[in-house]
Amino acid sequence: MSFLTYLINGLSLGSIYAIIALGYTMVYGIAKMLNFAHGDFIMVGCYIIFSVSAALSGNSVVGIIVAIVLCTLLGVTTEFVAYRPLRGAASPLAVLITAIGVSYLLENIALLIYGADIKSFSSVIKWEGVSFAGGQLKIQGVTIVTILVSVVILIALQLFINKTKQGQAMLAASEDKGAAALMGINVNRTIALTFAIGSALAAVAGALLCSAYPSLSPYTGAMPGIKAFVAAVLGGIGSIPGAMIGGLVLGIVEILSKTYISSQLSDAIVFGILVVVLLVKPTGILGKVVQEKV
Amino acid sequence: MAEPILEVKDLSVYYGVIQALKGISFHVDKGEIVALIGANGAGKTTTLHSLSGLLKAETGEIKYKGVELTKTPSHKIVSLGMAQVPEGRRVFAEMTVLQNLKMGAYTRSDKAEMEATLQDIYKRFPRLEERKNQLAGTLSGGEQQMLAMGRALMSHPDLILMDEPSMGLSPIFVNEIFNIIQDVNKDGVTVLLVEQNARKALSIANRAYVLETGSISKEGDAKDLLNDEAIRKAYLGE
Repeated sequence: MSFLTYLINGLSLGSIYAIIALGYTMVYGIAKMLNFAHGDFIMVGCYIIFSVSAALSGNSVVGIIVAIVLCTLLGVTTEFVAYRPLRGAASPLAVLITAIGVSYLLENIALLIYGADIKSFSSVIKWEGVSFAGGQLKIQGVTIVTILVSVVILIALQLFINKTKQGQAMLAASEDKGAAALMGINVNRTIALTFAIGSALAAVAGALLCSAYPSLSPYTGAMPGIKAFVAAVLGGIGSIPGAMIGGLVLGIVEILSKTYISSQLSDAIVFGILVVVLLVKPTGILGKVVQEKV
Repeated sequence: MAEPILEVKDLSVYYGVIQALKGISFHVDKGEIVALIGANGAGKTTTLHSLSGLLKAETGEIKYKGVELTKTPSHKIVSLGMAQVPEGRRVFAEMTVLQNLKMGAYTRSDKAEMEATLQDIYKRFPRLEERKNQLAGTLSGGEQQMLAMGRALMSHPDLILMDEPSMGLSPIFVNEIFNIIQDVNKDGVTVLLVEQNARKALSIANRAYVLETGSISKEGDAKDLLNDEAIRKAYLGE
């Protein structure tokens, strides 16, 4: 029974990684850049929920909405101010280094406003959860909500990309920006939209992450951000279902190895798996080798 | 006197410090097929890319239906009625044939008329209808060329720019593609055709320009150029 509990907890943590990884992978798919500040958008979202909830005496729903809106704006602004001017720069490293800079900037702004001490985040999900088999199997409310939210997000994203004109434009622009422009697609606006979606998802992930692990500091987003990046690469960077699978695998492996092997070694195991997968299949689980017909 | 749909005057384009186009001027009249021929690296694709805004012109002007294009972003040009079939087709390989065609109509919002255009394209390219749910990347080179043409036609253009449509195709497909270009033109679409296959291009064009290292070295009636001694030597391999 306890194995099942751990598995479900792993699934829940994996869902959070997956939601973050979706942002990484969508932005990479279209802008061909790794937004290393993505993890810090999560932290920003958490602080916004924290502050708004405190101001409204514990009303976290408003906090979540404000966090989603502000994170979306943050993502679009960052893209416009920091990344867009470097698109087409001589070296792709320029934008990567800028992203690392944005990451430090956000962490230090948080440090300036909130200080280094860890804030206790009160869960946005008040539901206790359910128990089965006479209390032997307990599933927390936040665990169930996290899994459900990630499923809803995945379905919504797939519908958006496959059924809407904007979604199709995103797909086209991620394949060939020049050809997309010839179709009349405004590529810059499409990239901005991708950043908006990714950043909104980061805010959602932040709310879920801090509800499950309620300690908030300026570095809260850093490690989950890196792990979500690993999840995106594991699943095949650029692939939306890949990000989902990568996230779930990572979450389950992390929880199970923490439980059964060693809590100190669990991160090493997680990154070890990445190395092995990349050795065997460099494009990731669902990544495709792009073949061009001439 | 025929009415020019496209007028290019003194167009210069640079790649860094290299001048790819050295002040070329040409025009395309409504209803014509105009061929732009020349060797590899003469500046043919550069010309088309500057027309569609993918490359910025250094000096000169491009007037399409009287509208100045040199300052117009490329994504706004297609809705003015000018579409391009790019070199190497550049279909969206991970999307289906139908999704590719719909991308061609991205700027249109008239649902019913779009459906009518789609049916027209299926009539012109029955193969595309047969394979409408197949990923574009799985099509053969000739089929991809048809898809790229169909995709451009989905925007309902008045002028279509075709960049090397015969490149890498088998002779049967080349003939088919050139027949389709003539059909499309008969239906009222003006064509600017860039080709290395000079013989084929001149045989269907009304007029032609010869591009040589960034300048236009010759122009005239396609029939005359086809019989021109120097052209026959340089471009027709005789």
